[in-house]
Amino acid sequence: MSIAKTFLGLLEGGPRHGYDLKRSYDERFGHDRPLAYGQVYATLSRLLRNGLVEVDGIEPGGGPERKRYAITDAGVADVDVWLGQPERPEPYLQSTLYSKVVLALLTGRSANEVLDVQRAAHLQLMRELTRRKKAGDLADQLVCDHALFHLEADLRWLELTAARLDQLRGEVVA
Amino acid sequence: MSAAPLLTAEALHKSFGPTPALDGASIEVAAGEVVAVMGPSGSGKSTLLHCLAGIVRPDAGTVRYAGRDLTAADDVELSALRRGEFGFVFQFGQLVPELSCAENVALPLRLDGCSRRDAERRARNWLERLEVADLAGKTPGQVSGGQGQRVAVARALATEPRVLFADEPTGALDSLNGEHVMRLLSEAARDSGAAVVLVTHEPRVAAWSDREVVVRDGRTTATAPLTA
Repeated sequence: MSIAKTFLGLLEGGPRHGYDLKRSYDERFGHDRPLAYGQVYATLSRLLRNGLVEVDGIEPGGGPERKRYAITDAGVADVDVWLGQPERPEPYLQSTLYSKVVLALLTGRSANEVLDVQRAAHLQLMRELTRRKKAGDLADQLVCDHALFHLEADLRWLELTAARLDQLRGEVVA
Repeated sequence: MSAAPLLTAEALHKSFGPTPALDGASIEVAAGEVVAVMGPSGSGKSTLLHCLAGIVRPDAGTVRYAGRDLTAADDVELSALRRGEFGFVFQFGQLVPELSCAENVALPLRLDGCSRRDAERRARNWLERLEVADLAGKTPGQVSGGQGQRVAVARALATEPRVLFADEPTGALDSLNGEHVMRLLSEAARDSGAAVVLVTHEPRVAAWSDREVVVRDGRTTATAPLTA
């Protein structure tokens, strides 16, 4: 999952210090694996270098933790592109997809569109596997079936999430 | 869409009581194309299929089949269309329990004016294509769910329809039987050039289609057809 894109999405709500970003990230997406401070400031430096964030203010005392960062127009455009692109369909991608859904809700974008794009990408791969299975021997069929069942599990999660978007919006936007 | 659509629905609205089942749904299906209609329970996908097939009349919007406006057609025309040009496969309960499997498949052919002998011959051919020729003399009660669905597919395709409507055709089957039915259904439909409108909530069933249309709260979200 992209920490940089997630930071950008979180910054769309308004400028923040690195410490605030880390806390918000850990709470929403950390899943018992909090970010190291080094990772936070390295990510922010890269975003700054690439013009996706800018320093909005520096509080007295110096040091990286005193800087407040704001997203730039290029940063917003970068989030748009990221949310609009499906993740490569593969098993266990839920954490990235979950982050995208939450960030879409937080930033007022369509979470349904994020899920629609992902569903289409999954189904396209499932069609390819189904075609391969039709033409293949039993070994091919079993290999394809394994992938198909995993992709189907992703899609079941996706549909469940789609059905609970209103509830999720209520929780993350509150 | 690469070919001119054979079947089109535009801005369909349909309510049963105060709740809208369809709220501006649109879809296009080209000849020979397999389109999966997906969506959660209660999203309106079966109502969309029923409107497309002329079983249910929409409150507003149009359905066009081969240039004809089905929303303006009377019941006699719609009935003739459903018998001659459309085929149907449902989840279960579609075979006549008193008739043999061969008689079930021959039934729509007989209703269409086919001689008994010709209808029986064609029915046996279709049972063979669906790999259930050995069940010809058995009644639906004597065959398994998967076998019964293959007989139902044979019956739906026996009249060589231009559109096959399949509503959760594998919904009552286990994975292996469901897959067998979908393989035979999609191959038989492709061989005969029929378009297929496949309502399903199962991704593995939708994977047999060329593309999917998602129904959510009575509205459709279409995806582009695959070029591969």
